[in-house]
Amino acid sequence: MSASVLFDAPGPRTVARHRVYNVVAVLLVAAAVAWALWRLYDDGQFEADKWEVFTTPDYVRVLLVDGLLNTLKMAFLAILGAVVLGFVLGVGKLSEHALVRWPAWLVVEFFRAVPVLLLMVFTWYAIGINKDGSPFWAVVIALTLYNGSVLAEVLRAGVLAVPAGQAEAAYAIGMRKTQVMNIILMPQAAKIMLPAIISQCVVALKDTALGIFVTAPGLTFVSKQIYLEFNNRVPTMIVVAALYIVVNLLLTLLASWVQRRYVGEKSPLDLTRVGTMDGGQSTAV
Amino acid sequence: MNAVLDNLDAYFKAFGYTIFLFLVAGVLSTLLGTVLVAMRVGPVAVLRGAAATYVTVVRNTPLVIMFAFFSFAAPIFGIQFKWLQVHVGTFDFTAFFGAAVVSLTLYTSAFVCEGLRAGVNAVPLGQVEAARAIGLPFGGVMSQVVLPQAFRAALPPLASVQIALIKNTSVAAVFGVAEATAQMRTFTNSFSSERFGIFVCFAIGYIVIVEAFSFLATRTERHWRVAL
Repeated sequence: MSASVLFDAPGPRTVARHRVYNVVAVLLVAAAVAWALWRLYDDGQFEADKWEVFTTPDYVRVLLVDGLLNTLKMAFLAILGAVVLGFVLGVGKLSEHALVRWPAWLVVEFFRAVPVLLLMVFTWYAIGINKDGSPFWAVVIALTLYNGSVLAEVLRAGVLAVPAGQAEAAYAIGMRKTQVMNIILMPQAAKIMLPAIISQCVVALKDTALGIFVTAPGLTFVSKQIYLEFNNRVPTMIVVAALYIVVNLLLTLLASWVQRRYVGEKSPLDLTRVGTMDGGQSTAV
Repeated sequence: MNAVLDNLDAYFKAFGYTIFLFLVAGVLSTLLGTVLVAMRVGPVAVLRGAAATYVTVVRNTPLVIMFAFFSFAAPIFGIQFKWLQVHVGTFDFTAFFGAAVVSLTLYTSAFVCEGLRAGVNAVPLGQVEAARAIGLPFGGVMSQVVLPQAFRAALPPLASVQIALIKNTSVAAVFGVAEATAQMRTFTNSFSSERFGIFVCFAIGYIVIVEAFSFLATRTERHWRVAL
């Protein structure tokens, strides 16, 4: 239902009224933004020396290479691991053998219900706080476990979304279980899953910011060094947020392009909610 | 394990803060999200744009950055929670708690808005047309006909959003609220040999909260389910 169904095509009086609403709304929004900007300006947040660091090539390089690149590296490794883990757990959850299905289900439910931050702190201590690079790997491992569990659920939903006739036809021509999964179901499910996987990249990327709690490298870590040195907390946060937003919007664009290109008008996958313990009941809207 | 069992009061108090954060931010984010969705689908173009921009910006910003921005910039805007000095039993709700609630609310409301918008889209066209045919204005269409049905349809995604909020309360640990994740770090610092047991205890605490909420949500969902 498009938004315009919710109200009638406006007549002349309503058009005039809406014009008034629009003007008032513009004034309110503009006033709020202006007030915020003025308070920041008044506090000296727009002074050149607070922003100069973001135009200094050396610091820009630190921000992009030590910051953004590390963040992307962590997110990339985590998603790579998560896809592998998600495949194993997802196939496990679909298994016919209860002995495989239940442990897979338990692992998925556990890691989906536990906060990523808690996982990060634990993996950090488990690897050893003083070991070189342990914060980096703590972030990667924690994000792999969490996103892997989510992707397991995505994979299950994706395979179940393939029309039942496909598997039945494959069995009818004498294919084995593994063949049906690998040759028939997976290629079709992969297409359906792709947008959900890319959306999960956005989640993983955002969660890398939590690495600050375990002193992991990345944007948040670099930004702390910058604002401690230049005492420009607010400008730094604006710049870091902008970097995250740009990268995430690019990923979202990619996801919707993939959805259009490979999936079409079919609705996105219905995932079972975390903690819905009756095992695999869908939460279709 | 023993570290937690010997300090059960600290354990429960920490989860008490988690639950308080969740309850307050959950209610507030649902309210703000409803306002946002009304702006998002309403007839006033400027408000539509403002709500859409807000949702896009907030959804793509990490929660930690929201927290950090809010705790750095709020004093400049004159928003301080110094007045917040509520003591309930052994719980102290101070400025840190207030800032955490506001950050979590601002963050979660964007996701509530998106969930509700999907719910609004699920309301059958005939409902809206009928409401307009009997002469209801936009406010009436939304509050009497669309939103009540949208809430029912959107219950599963909204429950998922609130479950994410339960887990996101852990981020408040970074900003000085003594909730469960902060308490776990304190425990692991003082009893470093028992960290696996400590981790399991705290993980179980979160799982119990998530399960309890999920159970309630599923019950409500069954109770409210309508043929859409």
